[in-house]
Amino acid sequence: MPLIEVREVTHVYGQGASERTVLSEVSVRLEERRVGVVGANGSGKSTFARLLNGLVLPTHGAVRVAGLDTATHGRDVRRKVGFCFTDPDAQIVMPTVAEDVAFGLRRRGLSRGDVDARVGSALGTYGLTGYADHPAHLLSGGQKQLLALASVLVTEPEILVMDEPTTLLDLRNAGRVSVLVAGLPHQVVLVTHHLDLLEDFDRVLVFDEGRLVHDGSPGTAVQHYRALMG
Amino acid sequence: MSALGLYVPGDSVVHRVPAGAKLAALVLVGASSFLLDRPWQVALFVATVVAGYAAAGLPLSQTTRQLRPLIWIGGGAAVFHLVVSGWERAVVVLGVLAGLVLLAGLVTLTTRTTALVDAVVRACRPLRCLRVDPERVGLMLALGVRCVPVVIGLAEEVRDAQLARGLGSSPRAFAVPLIVRSIRHADALGEALVARGVED
Repeated sequence: MPLIEVREVTHVYGQGASERTVLSEVSVRLEERRVGVVGANGSGKSTFARLLNGLVLPTHGAVRVAGLDTATHGRDVRRKVGFCFTDPDAQIVMPTVAEDVAFGLRRRGLSRGDVDARVGSALGTYGLTGYADHPAHLLSGGQKQLLALASVLVTEPEILVMDEPTTLLDLRNAGRVSVLVAGLPHQVVLVTHHLDLLEDFDRVLVFDEGRLVHDGSPGTAVQHYRALMG
Repeated sequence: MSALGLYVPGDSVVHRVPAGAKLAALVLVGASSFLLDRPWQVALFVATVVAGYAAAGLPLSQTTRQLRPLIWIGGGAAVFHLVVSGWERAVVVLGVLAGLVLLAGLVTLTTRTTALVDAVVRACRPLRCLRVDPERVGLMLALGVRCVPVVIGLAEEVRDAQLARGLGSSPRAFAVPLIVRSIRHADALGEALVARGVED
């Protein structure tokens, strides 16, 4: 698995009176296949996730993915790191399902046939085959999240970062997404409030008020988190 | 299918005409529509467009669906012309308007958005010397099409929230949260575009 290195990162939003420190002095090295991230709303975990593909560049400190600094090699980092957002509506860019999956393959120098083949197989994997020409806005919430996932994974990233991908889904769809994610060969960093998704994970980080307060196995981390919230 | 009239898959002659040709025809017909000034010419034009729907294998109910949003503007224009310049002019104006909307609908219904966008991107290539990035124009177009249903969805949510809180139908209580939500959505969309490598 590629190495994700976060070194002494402090991140501040806003300036002057509205200044808000969302992450302070976070240092962590991640090489496990499954890494979970939990924490209360506003604990900094979403910002942490956005550091990993260079969507957020740290005010202080540095983030490296497989040896590439996100500040200087943002483009190469984003090719390696796929990102899945909470709200699939914000992530779906094109009007129909197949077009959205194909969107990430633009400017890759692939032939038309190549693109169609990859799109077709991605739709198959995520149970969307019958929906290729379907308008994206008519999909159910669960199908939209599967589409968002298909659109990210079709570009073959090495690492998948997911920011609360099941928060807006019902139990059945959340279950589908988690089964799919469990089967992925990729390295996955999953931010979530659904603690049961983390049972088989290799490592879980707990954030509180911008600090990394616990780092360990899912069992101890969830215990720590529950104590924190209680 | 939505009022937007997005692509309906098919394999008809109309579907197979290249997107660029369809767009060019639409522009050409639109630009020269002022030449029609007799009711029989307009009737012929509308009948041709409706025949196009039939050739594309689309149900005729599609045509009324395309025209429904036109009721207020079209009705207003018709009444105006009836009063000011007589029934012939009213028929011509209303007919041309309806025919053009139907034709535009026919193009969108039979062409994938990607194909339309690619055609526009190709057409914009000469603008490169004016420092216009054709790919960006195409992306803007696709996002525009995609955002219509999203904003309609946001509007429905805001209206529901308004009703749930018993705020009645105050325009301000509707507009402000809708604008705020739209801007937040735009922010999230921008983030997703960056994550998907658009800026790279």
